[in-house]
Amino acid sequence: MKNILQTTIALVVILIGFTSCNNSENSKGKSGALASNVAEKVYVAPGEHDSHYAFISGGYSGNLTVYGLPSGRMFKEIPVFSQFPTNGYGYSEETKPLLETSYGFIPWDDSHHPDISQTNGKLDGRWVFINGNNTPRIARISLTTFETEEIIEVPNSAGNHSSSFITENTEYVVAGTRFSVPVPQRDMPIKDYKGNFKGALTFISVDPEHGHMDIKFQILMPGFNYDLSHPGRGKSHGWFFFTTYNTEEASSLLEVNASQNDKDFIAAINWKKIEEYVNNGGGRMMPTNYAHNVHDEATHTATSTMKKEVRVVDPADIPGAIYLLPTPKSPHGCDVDPSGEYIVGNGKLSANLTVHSFTKMLDAIEKKKFDGDAYGIPILKFEDVLAGSVEQPGLGPLHTEFDGKGNAYTTFFISSEVVKWKLGTWEVLDRKPTYYSVGHLTIPGGNSREPFGKYMFAMNKITKDRYLPTGPEMEHSAQLYDISGDKMELLIDFPTHGEPHYAAAIPAEIIKNNSKKIYRLAENKHPRKTTTDAETKVVRDGKNVHVYMAMIRSHFSPDNIEGIKVGDKVFFHLTNLEQDFDVPHGFAMIGANNAELLVAPGQTRTLTWEPKQVGVWPFYCTDFCSALHQEMQGYVRVSPADSNIQLSWSLGD
Amino acid sequence: MKTASIIMILGSLLLLGLFKFPLWNIMLGAPQYPDPLGMNIYIDGIKGVEEFDLQNIDGINHYIGMKTIPKPEEMWEFSVFPKVILGMSVLGVIIGLLGFFGKVSYKFFLGWFVLMAVLGLLGMYDFNNWLISYGSDLDPNAIIKVTNPDGSPMSYKPPLFGFQKLLNFDVTSLPHIGGYLMFVGMLLTLIASWLGRKASLKTSTA
Repeated sequence: MKNILQTTIALVVILIGFTSCNNSENSKGKSGALASNVAEKVYVAPGEHDSHYAFISGGYSGNLTVYGLPSGRMFKEIPVFSQFPTNGYGYSEETKPLLETSYGFIPWDDSHHPDISQTNGKLDGRWVFINGNNTPRIARISLTTFETEEIIEVPNSAGNHSSSFITENTEYVVAGTRFSVPVPQRDMPIKDYKGNFKGALTFISVDPEHGHMDIKFQILMPGFNYDLSHPGRGKSHGWFFFTTYNTEEASSLLEVNASQNDKDFIAAINWKKIEEYVNNGGGRMMPTNYAHNVHDEATHTATSTMKKEVRVVDPADIPGAIYLLPTPKSPHGCDVDPSGEYIVGNGKLSANLTVHSFTKMLDAIEKKKFDGDAYGIPILKFEDVLAGSVEQPGLGPLHTEFDGKGNAYTTFFISSEVVKWKLGTWEVLDRKPTYYSVGHLTIPGGNSREPFGKYMFAMNKITKDRYLPTGPEMEHSAQLYDISGDKMELLIDFPTHGEPHYAAAIPAEIIKNNSKKIYRLAENKHPRKTTTDAETKVVRDGKNVHVYMAMIRSHFSPDNIEGIKVGDKVFFHLTNLEQDFDVPHGFAMIGANNAELLVAPGQTRTLTWEPKQVGVWPFYCTDFCSALHQEMQGYVRVSPADSNIQLSWSLGD
Repeated sequence: MKTASIIMILGSLLLLGLFKFPLWNIMLGAPQYPDPLGMNIYIDGIKGVEEFDLQNIDGINHYIGMKTIPKPEEMWEFSVFPKVILGMSVLGVIIGLLGFFGKVSYKFFLGWFVLMAVLGLLGMYDFNNWLISYGSDLDPNAIIKVTNPDGSPMSYKPPLFGFQKLLNFDVTSLPHIGGYLMFVGMLLTLIASWLGRKASLKTSTA
């Protein structure tokens, strides 16, 4: 233990010396006559639009934030896995089903890796997918409404981390488990982990028209930790690559016990082959329980369905579909270059970056050059699949993205920098510090066959002194670099929201014209909508009272309601009658034990209120909708439980 | 005279563009409406430039007590104007044909133009009257009442032609494609009269 510590410290000291020397060289070069005006490069004049969208995961906020590049301005927080009182997501009756799971209603998650849908390996900008890490789920967010449309739970998984990466025609969104667990779950001693726990890698098919997700199959892999993954593309389309750590299969003190093997693996999975096997009836249906939640844009309502079985595939039953590529030292990021040839394993405890060759891998498989097996899965020889190594690039490599011009950019957590290197020659071309301890980095389209290599941004884990201090807890920092030249140029530093775990970015013109302005009232199919003043009503059904209420500048209809009793459960079904861009109305009820509602034009949303006290209680519009917003209010009279006051409602009498 | 008659027929036919294109257009921009709201005035009714513009204009106007934008059945003009335009176009074509075969003189062309001009002026007068009534016949219980410096209620009459600032709105009122086609058509009939006159002078001197 002591030895490891000493070696690490020594290595850190050496590398800091090495990098700081490099930095001073760079800063000298930058102050030359050709130094450009950096402020100009990020200035987006008032009223002008950014050139790119960035969808930055909120990490432990459970949400997804939308930013503009190059300005670094935040436009929106899209609630995904977390309740969001700001607009009532996860509180309104229509959105609550989205957060249902086999564990019941889960109001939070840890969202990690957004990925934008692709067609022919290019970003098509239809949907963005993101994984919930803690209670394994995958969400699909529409890029016309910028709202969460669907969430599917992933059974047999725990710590849904090597997710949610999509294949080049969005055939699948893939979710791998970080923790191996007993499959199916059962009561057993933890020390019996080795050989008994399984790691489920889940292939979720995506309907090409509606985007609806369905688990096609799960591969029950050996009990390693599946850390990150990426699809093959171009020539390697049809394969998927997962990094593993803890091939030692330790269950305790992993920081030591999972760091013993000199090499862990990248698992190469021929999903086309497994798909064919499954299409021919391969695998077996296993009883399980998981939620599939879909929000319907026409009814403005989500439904949750519990699914009871999943198709699982045992690697032993389909030889030739899965191989293990030895990769040094607990690799983290698993990144595939735009051509599909190079698979970069970012060995986080390794001094070198390992790059495997897809062609060499196929060749080694062809020639059956195996070096034993792990639970029946053939292990290829390191030397046979190695394309090359980037020697001593930095310390703590995590993730790599590509610019489409033959260069790769890797983040180094410990030495806190991004290093640019060349594919094929493996030479380091440039390095720039990040502030501080960068995790992921994003290049728009960096995850596709055609990256847009103008910008790169680094998302950091540590903020310290970058901004005005805000107490012990701070938002994380991100830095944007111009990567269009030979050397990277730091442009701006901006704070993010939650934990900016990873991001997907895309040129704005691909999606901005598809963004909806309103929901059409004529297409509203909510069963409890109110589309005209004449349709407003209040209906009692035992203790449940349904209020069909309309909102339009600047009143609620009805705005006076009597006949409600203590012990009733009141459902306010609010329809926003506006058909004008950016005129939402809000609804807040005194003493409601949930949240407010924001209702978009043409939409219907329902808030539940259980009045507990006799009296006359006001409600009001929370969104400053108009000059007479402050007049947009109303009253509900609540009578004793045994009162015989009949229901009545009115507006303007 | 044959050329003049053909131009006369063409000019009269251009009126038919009013059945397809708006006669007039009024755009309303405001700080809150960077994409302005707009109404296109057709001879048979008023339509929004974008799908929900009329609804949104009415929604805003209710604050100052303006009446809603009339539906076609609420104004006699929208049933009469199409008949008048169709009638004038047919009449123009008939006169043109008669001229072509030498049955009538250029004076009929000029007559048609004068009649059309009078009808057009009457139409404009009527349209302006509607704008006045639309902009000043306000609900006495209006939410917002704005008065002029002399204490009289402010009128929200959009301009008949050109630009005007009305509270937070920048209002621009200009002819639209149908209107321009009509003006070109009328100009053509005037040219036809002039050409016809020149031809008749030539014949009489010869």
